[in-house]
Amino acid sequence: MLGGDPHPVKPAPFSYADPVSVEEALDVLAAEGEGAKVLAGGQSLIPLLSMRLAAPATLVDINRIPGLSGITAGPDGVRVGALVRHAELLASAEAAGVQPLLGRATANVAHPAIRNRGTTVGSIAHADPSGEMTAVLALTGGSVTVATPGGREAVGWGEFFLGPLETSVHGPAVVLDAFFPALPARSGTAFAEIARRKGDYAVCGAGVVVTLDADRRVSSARAAYLSVGLVPEVHDLTDAVIGQPVDSADWTAAGELARGLVDPDGDLHASADYRRLLVATLTARTLADAGAEALTRMEAA
Amino acid sequence: MTTKFFGEPVRRREDARLIVGQGRYLDDIGPGAYAAAFVRSPYAHARVLDIDVSAAMDVEGLLAIYTYEDLTGPMAEPLPVLIPHPQLTAPRTGYPLVRDVAQHVGEPIVMVVATDRYVAEDAAALIEVSYEELPVVVGVDAAEAAVHTVHDDVPDNIAARHHQETGDVEAALAASAHTLSFTQYFERSASMPMEGKGVHARWDDADSSLRVYSSTQASTSVRAAIAAKLELSLEKVEVIAPDVGGGFGVKIVHPWPEELLVPMAARLLGHEVKWTEDRREHFVSSAHERQQRQEIRVGYDDDGRITALDVLVWHDNGAYTPYGIIVPINTATQLLGPYDIPVYRAVVNSVYTNTVVVTPYRGAGRPQGCFAMERTMDRIAQERGIDRALVRERNLIQPDQFPYDWGLTFQDGRPLVYDSGDYPAMMAKLKTLVDWDGFAERRAAAEARGKLLGIGMAPYVEGTGPGPYEGAHVQVLGSGKVLVSTGLTSQGQGHETVFAQLAAAELGVPLEDVEVTTGDTRRFGYAVGTFASRAAVVSGNAVALAARGVREKALRIAAEVLEADPADLEIDEGLVQVKGTPGASIPLRTVAVLSNPLRYAFDEAARQATQFAGPGDDSKPPVAVGDAPGLEHTDYYSPLRSTFASGAHAVVVEIDPATWEIAIEQYAVVHDCGTIINPMIVEGQVHGGVAQGVGGALYERMAYDRDGQLTNASFMDFLMPYASEVPDVDIDHQSTPSPLNELGIKGAGEAGVIPGSAAIASAIEDAVGRRIAAMPVSPTELYDLVRSDAERVINTSPHDSGAMA
Amino acid sequence: MTDMERTISVVVNGVPREATVPVRWLLSDALRHGFGLTGTHVGCEHGVCGSCTVLVDGQPTRSCLVLAVQMDGHEITTVEGLSRSDHQGGQVLHPIQEAFRECHALQCGFCTPGFLTTIAAGLDARDPSVEITDEEVDELVGGNLCRCTGYANIKKACRHAAATMREGAKVATPAPQDEEATR
Ligand SMILES: Cc1cc2nc3c(=O)[nH]c(=O)nc-3n(C[C@H](O)[C@H](O)[C@H](O)COP(=O)(O)OP(=O)(O)OC[C@H]3O[C@@H](n4cnc5c(N)ncnc54)[C@H](O)[C@@H]3O)c2cc1C
Ligand code: FES
Ligand code: FES
Repeated sequence: MLGGDPHPVKPAPFSYADPVSVEEALDVLAAEGEGAKVLAGGQSLIPLLSMRLAAPATLVDINRIPGLSGITAGPDGVRVGALVRHAELLASAEAAGVQPLLGRATANVAHPAIRNRGTTVGSIAHADPSGEMTAVLALTGGSVTVATPGGREAVGWGEFFLGPLETSVHGPAVVLDAFFPALPARSGTAFAEIARRKGDYAVCGAGVVVTLDADRRVSSARAAYLSVGLVPEVHDLTDAVIGQPVDSADWTAAGELARGLVDPDGDLHASADYRRLLVATLTARTLADAGAEALTRMEAA
Repeated sequence: MTTKFFGEPVRRREDARLIVGQGRYLDDIGPGAYAAAFVRSPYAHARVLDIDVSAAMDVEGLLAIYTYEDLTGPMAEPLPVLIPHPQLTAPRTGYPLVRDVAQHVGEPIVMVVATDRYVAEDAAALIEVSYEELPVVVGVDAAEAAVHTVHDDVPDNIAARHHQETGDVEAALAASAHTLSFTQYFERSASMPMEGKGVHARWDDADSSLRVYSSTQASTSVRAAIAAKLELSLEKVEVIAPDVGGGFGVKIVHPWPEELLVPMAARLLGHEVKWTEDRREHFVSSAHERQQRQEIRVGYDDDGRITALDVLVWHDNGAYTPYGIIVPINTATQLLGPYDIPVYRAVVNSVYTNTVVVTPYRGAGRPQGCFAMERTMDRIAQERGIDRALVRERNLIQPDQFPYDWGLTFQDGRPLVYDSGDYPAMMAKLKTLVDWDGFAERRAAAEARGKLLGIGMAPYVEGTGPGPYEGAHVQVLGSGKVLVSTGLTSQGQGHETVFAQLAAAELGVPLEDVEVTTGDTRRFGYAVGTFASRAAVVSGNAVALAARGVREKALRIAAEVLEADPADLEIDEGLVQVKGTPGASIPLRTVAVLSNPLRYAFDEAARQATQFAGPGDDSKPPVAVGDAPGLEHTDYYSPLRSTFASGAHAVVVEIDPATWEIAIEQYAVVHDCGTIINPMIVEGQVHGGVAQGVGGALYERMAYDRDGQLTNASFMDFLMPYASEVPDVDIDHQSTPSPLNELGIKGAGEAGVIPGSAAIASAIEDAVGRRIAAMPVSPTELYDLVRSDAERVINTSPHDSGAMA
Repeated sequence: MTDMERTISVVVNGVPREATVPVRWLLSDALRHGFGLTGTHVGCEHGVCGSCTVLVDGQPTRSCLVLAVQMDGHEITTVEGLSRSDHQGGQVLHPIQEAFRECHALQCGFCTPGFLTTIAAGLDARDPSVEITDEEVDELVGGNLCRCTGYANIKKACRHAAATMREGAKVATPAPQDEEATR
């Protein structure tokens, strides 16, 4: 065994680059190979460096690259640049107007000081299955734009997330933005999570979208969960409530359906069984809220 | 004494510097110091076979590497057993650096010194240690089973068997109308101050002396320990506790290995060396507290009055016993609470495990004791179908029973005698504060909302202010400034303010004129330390006595000048004056000048005291026989025995049966710490204690796995409450002054934390109707519990039992 | 293009400063050990406790989760910079600093700088004429750990400071004519 108890609090030596263009960033990443890592908000990466759980030879800080900031909200959806901080997304009324889940979920990410620095795209690139935004990307059927020396391409969420802290992006790559499709018509959303302490990573969280047909009956109910699987999971719960009038839909049944579909692990803060209970409870609660919102939006439209 | 300042919510003096970032904490000292880092054992139990430092030697900026081999003389011997006790039959302590076997994850093996901490960590990471892993003992049950041992030569893993009794408990149990027996568990938490430990040392080669700053609760004793271990004469060592970022017990233990190793390195390297503990280190190498298994047998009559109580506790003391068996003794003696228990026996087996040492954390064995007693009360109430409050009331010691002598020995080695209290009044206040009798309605309302509401209560008695003594020095300078110093240290309790209040009140000077120094051995060399809610009681009385000495002398000198009888003089606003005679006065600062007959007029004020300044009494020497120059006095207060503060908490919890989240709806506190010097500070202590109590009951635990790895050694996973998790606290006061000291003070530092787990367990049990036999409890555990075959319990509502009574 | 040490220019508490720092240094270390601003405290170095919170371009930021080198060109305010000097060379404390003392919102004081910077920024950013809500207070104090106070008095201090600032706002902007007079 080298050294001792292996968690000091100071980063191991690395070299530092702060390129001013995506191309330059990719050059450095390509030149440094495996040992290079992108630094965005640093709210996940720097603690790992300090505890020496990560020791990249080079850090490529993308914070000085112009053009990566900015939220673009259009009828199709919301595009969030790589340097958009959680706090900016949370404050964006335009984004919330197009896809209300963005604000709702972001409000649950850590505490304000962390949100001031951490980026939405960074949390997606980090691919933590307990992150709120990974679940939201999945639920909305979103994608990310990845730049590699070979070019830029959109990668769908299902392809992007491979495992805990693992994405399909290997080698020199910078995620330029994340795209969250707009909330469809006659739909409503809700997001809720349970954390041991307010601001902690959730023990379990759920985001849902409910869509109604013209008769105010449920035509679709889908949910994504955090902290229940190795990658963000989306479950279609429509079967439990299909065709039911939204104001009397059996959301509890949908919750029970979800409970059976998930396969969470237990850890220090929650047993697998307890997570299943929370999945059922949060699903039923959020679906009810989302259904109500869908109705309100429909009536307003 | 004038009562001005005494009992007033005087704003704190220490705050002026702390709110502008001008505090001076350990890591703020010595910007040019070399930095130390440690290689610590990654295994809970392992023999160190070889240490290879060769790779580290190339690190640029490395200055020194020390292993056990480099320790000489007393440094190569085990660390002291600070508080020996005849029942501590197998005491064990570690070495400053592991000699051959590491007994817990985090035990220091190698010290590295380098130009800065980054470099020191680089070098530490390159040191290769090879180990032979040994079987690991984790938890009291494994320790008791003793399939494996922690220390080879302690085959049963038992460090101490602490035993106290007041009569023949077996006979009393046999004669009891009813008996109950049960077992319950209490988990580990820790002090966890926001500032970890830290040591800075500077060696003065020319003077062969050492100045050490340590973030400690006991600077005088750290000084003595360093002097002994480094073979220095005591006067060559100074130890100063600077601003300390919280202690809560963990910093009373000493000398920590680093407190010896850092000075050693400073001396060897001839350069300042500093070590600042990081959070991970604090988790795995500082102290924890609280794990116990409690086996309780109780006998009681039809009305629920206890007739006999027998408690066997298995107490996890971790890998070593540096602090003796103070925590076991506290559990054994403080368990009794406010109750009149005719026959009692306590046996505490203090056992070794391959985990971090267990030493006092705020409450120090009392929360566990309170948990044992109060859960017993609840069980009796349930079994007899009596309201839980009523059972408690029936068992209370009555006001006319003081002093109440238990016939037991307390942690200070003195008889356990409760000095004063009014427990029935206290319970009455609590019931009103929380509306105990009106609870049924609240519960029904919550039920209508789909929530489970439960209520619980727990009173306690806390022995505070133990000896042996504290001292203080008070001096009035010619400028009028009053210097107060005491060897006792501060970690945020506001001692600077409280002691200034006492001195100002005693001397009749403006508060601003008083300057207090604590925990600096240069200023005051004799002290015991800050623990067991003793500062206000012991040091407070010492400050008052020292100030009184100064006052007497001042009046005597002033009386001569004013040609008055000292008895006719008073001091107000720094002016000594003849009562009722305006104009006949002399400033205290002038008295200070006159108190020191001078030859040289080094400044304007000094002129007044020089030899030709005025007519003297030629028949007497300038300084009378038995007198001393200067307006100063040193005095000590050594209490006969501890004072006993008391209090009672009640909690209402609301539980969501769809998530089993536990929310605290109401938290009510009645507390009695005798006379209060500064109510603002006392309330602050209660708030802080309650937050720690809630943390310990619902959030915090040290999660060791079977291999002895602490799996949650970070603030991410060790869930210290944020503001969002801490309830508002309703506080009501009661004051039964202590007859043991003139100020009537009892301590308040730990009170808030003691009954937290007991009261919350009671409330949760009441809400969910299942037996809570282990604390802390989290939502996931509660969910498991309600689905298990855990015993169902029903509490009788106050209304029903009122009818029965 | 990459290097192990960098010279950075930053404005710290209003004063432009330059320093050469190892690129791996955390901002907390650079402030404390490079600039000697030891008011910023380090309680965990993994982002949870908030003791190290400083303002980066006015925004509360964990200084243990930022590299010093990243601060080149930015403005940093630490607890030492919350008070302003008045014309007589004295110090005018931020209302939240006054309130902490007044409300006994600190005991050991170790967590205090992190709370003060966070709350000061939050109070400065809000409309002072509006009464502060419990939710706002919870949000302002909710992300920092304190082991001593149990938070009650920290929350109280928030309300106290907000009230002080509200009074200040009334004095600063001429109050709209009160209804009595217009009627
Ligand atoms: C105390 C605390 C609590 C937290 N609580 C939560 C929480 O409740 N929920 C939550 O979701 N998060 C939480 N976080 C994490 C926080 O949200 C982070 O901001 C986020 O996870 C990562 O974003 P970042 O910009 O900080 O990324 P960084 O830390 O800079 O990077 C994280 C990883 O992603 C990679 N990366 C980042 N951006 C890119 C990019 N554009 N292209 C390619 N790779 C990239 C990095 O190389 C690195 O491997 C918490 C953090 C802390 C310290
Ligand atoms: S030290 Fe930065 S958050 Fe704790
Ligand atoms: S005052 Fe001590 S940690 Fe907050």
